[in-house]
Amino acid sequence: MTERALRPTGLLAGLRTRRAVPRGSYDGSFFLRRTLAVVAAAIMLVALGALSGTYVGFDFVQAILDVPGGFAWMATQFVPSFSSLQKLDAILPALGSTILASVASSCTAAVLAYICAVLGSRAVGVGGPFPLVVRAIASLFRNIPVVAWAFILLFSFKQSEFTGFFALFLTSFGYLTRCFLESIDEMSAGPVEALRACGASYGQIVAQAVIPMSITSVVSWVLYMIETNIRDATLVGILTGTGIGFVFDVYYKSFRYDVAGLVLLCIILVVIACELVSNFVRRRIL
Amino acid sequence: MTGEPSGGRAGDAGVLAGAADGPNGARMARSGKIKVHVASKSNVSLYVVLSAFVLVTVFALVTMDYGKVSFPAAMAAAVEDFVTMMTQPGLGGHFTLPDVIEGLFVSLALALLTTFIGAVIAFVLGLLASCNLSNKGVSNVIKVFMSVARAVPTILWVLVFSVAIGLGPEAAVVGLLFHSVAYLVKAYSESFEEVDAGVLEALRASGASWWQVVFQGVVPEKVNEMLSWTFIRFEINFVNAVAVGAVAGAGGIGYQLFLAGSFYYDINEVGLIVYLCLAVAVVLEVVATKLRKRYIVQR
Repeated sequence: MTERALRPTGLLAGLRTRRAVPRGSYDGSFFLRRTLAVVAAAIMLVALGALSGTYVGFDFVQAILDVPGGFAWMATQFVPSFSSLQKLDAILPALGSTILASVASSCTAAVLAYICAVLGSRAVGVGGPFPLVVRAIASLFRNIPVVAWAFILLFSFKQSEFTGFFALFLTSFGYLTRCFLESIDEMSAGPVEALRACGASYGQIVAQAVIPMSITSVVSWVLYMIETNIRDATLVGILTGTGIGFVFDVYYKSFRYDVAGLVLLCIILVVIACELVSNFVRRRIL
Repeated sequence: MTGEPSGGRAGDAGVLAGAADGPNGARMARSGKIKVHVASKSNVSLYVVLSAFVLVTVFALVTMDYGKVSFPAAMAAAVEDFVTMMTQPGLGGHFTLPDVIEGLFVSLALALLTTFIGAVIAFVLGLLASCNLSNKGVSNVIKVFMSVARAVPTILWVLVFSVAIGLGPEAAVVGLLFHSVAYLVKAYSESFEEVDAGVLEALRASGASWWQVVFQGVVPEKVNEMLSWTFIRFEINFVNAVAVGAVAGAGGIGYQLFLAGSFYYDINEVGLIVYLCLAVAVVLEVVATKLRKRYIVQR
């Protein structure tokens, strides 16, 4: 109130006097205020970025200058040479086992996640503490860093394909539970209510209404999870010493960049092929 | 057309003869029962996909190498370790609490920096990649490049750049950028394509330049959605920054987690670091879910 008594001039006056403009007439301060809000938000973001940049010692100019050099280095060093092609019989089995582990972990996690999601759903769940418990478990599994999972599993299961599979399974389980919960809760409630009114049992409701209505989105999510898992299998492989990630790590750390480049090329091809297949399948089932 | 041909035929026959067959237009089988399930093309493909999933999973589980450990014993040990980690977090003398907190902030700052730079690059590329603001050729070229950038796992980008330009925050941020940009370009361009064509046409008809169309027509309508997507990416980037710190030595709490786990074998310390990561990740997740519900999922 005191500010108004002081009669601010300039920009601020333009902002404050909007009440004085009669209703229906052109109010020029609307665009001014909008521009100011956008500029203020942009400045805040830039400041936040600059602050975190100085905190970690990030040199913006140096980074920009380094990127072309990095690409040039990659283009000269990571080109698969003829001799690296002989390593293909070591790479392909690892690639195959990684793909199999990704599909298997996504599918097994999907089954478990679907059961949890149905029981914990607010719309068709069993009620009680279940919705809260399931959400907490999903969040826990999803947000514990994969590094920690890899450490725990490696400690007891040692270096085997199963360790990589299990680490992927645990993170997929958390992620898929959350996604399935969302798609089940977004389903229309009509069929469920109709079945309930007919006296259908819980099992019948799930089998006749919940599964048929959500199965396409479940398959779509599982396809997405397989794609993600093939990519994440590299990280998990480096951490647990399994699959294609381990092969990459071995050649990368022994400076055989041409073979590492070949591994990289194989991963790119598999991921793109996987994306194309899942897009095709999605179009067919929807 | 991968399904059995009989499925398609049954569906067609049911549709064609539907009205004439049953008493109330119901589809009847030969035996006179009312058909409840009619195999349509999409149903058949669904069954094919589901059975493929089952087959591959069973094959993978059968042929997998389970190592030399006995499964129940290893499982019991893993569960025991997990319980110890979650119930007894603490410091083991390798790190002090300020160290760990500082590591957490380094990871957050890396994620923030990546998101910020990624959003700026993705805004420009997103404009060029959306069909209604750009031409088909440019849009397709950008989309192809983005899908190649997405196909390389984040961790490999970081590893490659940590050799190419040296270890440090630059390599981490540049490596994390590729997926951020690819993700945000997809999100932004899809939301730009939803802008009402009438608005753009009206602006163009009144002689607005391309940038004026963007800043007066597109951005004001989509700014909330863009910020929501950017925040969702920030959440993902934090998770990635932790993982990348562990493997590529890019610093941050991920590296400390890696040291505590793989070098010191200190499960209590791992527990403490996991709790810190969990706290940040859960807060980010809750905010991201709220933003998505409010601004992105419109129904």
